[in-house]
Amino acid sequence: MIEFHDAGYGYGGRELLTEMSLTLAPGSFHFLTGPSGTGKTTFLKLCYRELQATAGRVSIFDEDTRGMERDDVAQLRRRIGVVHQDCQFLDHLSVAENVALPLTVSGQPRDDGDLSDLLSWVGLSEQINARPPELSGGERQRAALARAVIMSPDVILADEPTGNVDWEMSLRLLQLLIELNRMGKTVVIATHDLHLIRQAKSQVAARVLRISNRRIQQSGADL
Amino acid sequence: MKTILLPFLNFSESTSGRVVPPSGFTAQLTVITSAAMAFLAVFALALSMATGRLAERWGNELARGSTVRISAPAEQVDAQVAAALKVLETTPGVAAARLLSEEEETLLLEPWFGPDLPLDTLPLPALIDVQETSDGFDAEGLRLRLAGEAPGAVLDDHSRWRKPLLRAAERLRFLGVLSLILIAGVTGGMITLAANAALAANGQVIRTLRLVGATDRFIAGAFVRRFTLRGLSGALIGTFLGMIAVALLPSADEAGSFLTGLGFVGAQWLWPLAIPVLAALVAFAATRVAASQTLRRLM
Ligand SMILES: Nc1ncnc2c1ncn2[C@@H]1O[C@H](COP(=O)(O)OP(=O)(O)O)[C@@H](O)[C@H]1O
Ligand SMILES: [Mg+2]
Repeated sequence: MIEFHDAGYGYGGRELLTEMSLTLAPGSFHFLTGPSGTGKTTFLKLCYRELQATAGRVSIFDEDTRGMERDDVAQLRRRIGVVHQDCQFLDHLSVAENVALPLTVSGQPRDDGDLSDLLSWVGLSEQINARPPELSGGERQRAALARAVIMSPDVILADEPTGNVDWEMSLRLLQLLIELNRMGKTVVIATHDLHLIRQAKSQVAARVLRISNRRIQQSGADL
Repeated sequence: MKTILLPFLNFSESTSGRVVPPSGFTAQLTVITSAAMAFLAVFALALSMATGRLAERWGNELARGSTVRISAPAEQVDAQVAAALKVLETTPGVAAARLLSEEEETLLLEPWFGPDLPLDTLPLPALIDVQETSDGFDAEGLRLRLAGEAPGAVLDDHSRWRKPLLRAAERLRFLGVLSLILIAGVTGGMITLAANAALAANGQVIRTLRLVGATDRFIAGAFVRRFTLRGLSGALIGTFLGMIAVALLPSADEAGSFLTGLGFVGAQWLWPLAIPVLAALVAFAATRVAASQTLRRLM
């Protein structure tokens, strides 16, 4: 689904990530972990081609990201749902409109029944008409998750989805992501919360990718 | 689009149009500027049309007609008029020659000197109106023969003063058309600036739209739709006001001077309706160019 071939990335020449070779297989469930500032967000950005590898090669859906046209990138984004670290909402639109935004920009009709099902699945039925600034941290993360899955993408990338929510809410978000994985989606969660990873491992065959010393290290069951 | 000054433009937009947040004052400024430009365009158009009509009229009326003016001591006038008429009758290329009555002469001069011309106190020359055939006559030959028969007769074939007037009318018309082009250019420039400002102010919105899979075409479309509507609605208002202003100009008959002929006649009133369409096209093109350039630059 997403393949790294000896890929590396550096901001302005300073190398941040290097010699990454790995495959995110369809239907897999990965955690991406490492201390703050080690490049988790950067790695995810390589996965949805917000950034292009400065060394080596990254393929997404069997397509080399280096030769992609701008419109190809737009098409790609419709197949990858991303929960951004800072959520990225349009504050002048309602929660429902924000969640449906991927449909709007791709010119697809919005089914209000499906939309309210989705919002009740993430527990935001009450907030349909609220504006994003009115939401709590956990509500924002759940709205971002709803927006990430509305196009029924093959891959879901979540960047610290439990970053500023309490433990109970973290578990709830994790549960939603596990459900999505059971539906066949490829899931990658960037987090530095080891409790969360332990919690997930009891329910799903999760692999852990650890960034250390500028490289990605894959570890299996050992934690 | 929400406006305070122009609440009747408060139409609802679809979600795809609303992905870009409303920008109150800039939006109103665009509408108002577009209205002002359209207002000016109506006058430039009226000027072009009026001078066009004027040039045509002078061209038609004066090309064919000439006059023979006879200034002579009072007791000789009649004899010289008779002699001149005889010469004219036998000149090839002259279709008709007729002595103008005093009333006709007054009417002829009125547009130039006003209705209160004290005719009785002015020593007016006698005027013979000469209609040419389509072949025309030899002006130099006629002049020589008139000089022999009626020494007070002067042939005035109009071309002497008609030409500079025609030139002036045509120049005015050209200036009117040039003004229209300049107005279109300024409108395009203004909309480009406003669109660029809007694109720059919405960098974060554009980034978010990109992240959820919006193509450049979609993002540009949201801006283009908005500015086209603003250009169009402003121009509609400006054109409407401009047409009212032109309609309220004092009419030519009342003022009795040819300069007040500024305005539209009959079907010409349809022409200003092209201004809003043109404004919308200019706004569309300007925003399209601005958006595609900015979006390519903003990676
Ligand atoms: N746009 C950028 N330009 C320059 N440096 C950046 C940029 N984004 C991130 N960095 C740097 O790259 C490093 C890794 O950032 P990031 O991928 O966000 O780490 P993480 O998500 O693991 O906290 C940090 O040191 C950060 O300062
Ligand atoms: Mg991060």
